[in-house]
Amino acid sequence: MDVLWETAGPLTVREVSEHLTERDLAHTTVMTVLDRLAKKGFAVRERDGRAWEYQPAASREAYVTELMLSALDQAGDRQAALARFAQSVTDSEARALRSALDAFDHRPGD
Amino acid sequence: MLAPVFVFAAVALTAVAAATMLASAAWPGRAPAAAIVLWQALGLGWGLAAVGALAALAARPEHAGVASGVMAFAAGTVARAGAPGHEPVALLVLRLAALTTAVALLALLCWVLAAACAAGLRTRRRHRALLALLARCDPKAPGALVLDHPAAAAYCVPGLRSRIVISAGTLDLLDQAELAAVLAHERAHIRERHDLVLLPFTALYRAFPRSRVTQRANQAVALLVEMLADDRARRSWPARELATALMRFGVAGAPAPPSGALAAAAAAGSQGEVVTRVTRLLMPQPGLPRPMWIAVCCSAAVLVVVPAALFVMPL
Repeated sequence: MDVLWETAGPLTVREVSEHLTERDLAHTTVMTVLDRLAKKGFAVRERDGRAWEYQPAASREAYVTELMLSALDQAGDRQAALARFAQSVTDSEARALRSALDAFDHRPGD
Repeated sequence: MLAPVFVFAAVALTAVAAATMLASAAWPGRAPAAAIVLWQALGLGWGLAAVGALAALAARPEHAGVASGVMAFAAGTVARAGAPGHEPVALLVLRLAALTTAVALLALLCWVLAAACAAGLRTRRRHRALLALLARCDPKAPGALVLDHPAAAAYCVPGLRSRIVISAGTLDLLDQAELAAVLAHERAHIRERHDLVLLPFTALYRAFPRSRVTQRANQAVALLVEMLADDRARRSWPARELATALMRFGVAGAPAPPSGALAAAAAAGSQGEVVTRVTRLLMPQPGLPRPMWIAVCCSAAVLVVVPAALFVMPL
């Protein structure tokens, strides 16, 4: 997927293999992986003559945003799917938190 | 079978009243595990009692337990279909209506539980697939995956193939000790399967989305689960680190949302939960006194055992 995201325009299996220079992968391996990515919907493919040409289905940023929004958008629905660490606070809550922390730091008997 | 109807109805109404009170009570913060057990009992007890009350209306009186009474009624109705019955038609219709409603309610509850489970599995599968493509490992966050995004986010994908995800923004926001505390918190969620604890309440909220009780129950249990994870993290890391991590997250703010919906949802969902957790970490209160803890456990047991028993035993 990294190769598909980094290069503009559709690529054939051979062209993807050529970009994967640091790993010695067989042509069939690259073909299988691209096939699986297409089946899962992460890559789209079009036939150009005899070869398939692959493109990413969406940009990397779009997918990262999807994950972030899914993780952060837990407010109303409260799906048990994910568990995130904390939500945002209002300004007055932030002030209350800071004073609680001050009180903790300066508590007697330390 | 009138006596069981009253008992069932009493349990169901008590469960709803108790849920409303528990959602605003202060003691759960002192014993989150016990409070969660009570919540589970309230949910299960209500389900059994609501179905039971309807079923008991339909059940034949002279049988031991509502379950066998209902079976006798159903069998008898089928056998006597067409032939003149011994009881007035109105009563028969009432009984049939009650039985149908009982079955429908039971089916609804089972359905929403299955649907909530399936939705959770789908979301997690999607996350795991995307994380495999997008996330990387980083020595600063051992055991977690890092997502390249400037906003602060830390979450876990629970389940058998669990993942902990930290955004790049979080790595910049927190120091080493705070990050370790956050990771310990997320690991506690995964290890103790808090997703399963929350699942019945997500399901009940799906079944009755406009009910204030199910909304508040959902929020209350979610907060208790966070408190449990905070407690587990506090065993290995000082409370102060966890508290400052929470604060930094809280004031960092969400990324610019594409629509107003997310901002509104985030603001509405906050509801002082971060403040409650930080206060609880910095100023811990003593646990529940023994008698109160025993009372909580006994109430939980009664809420479940009484309706269950009425199904199989005569009153």
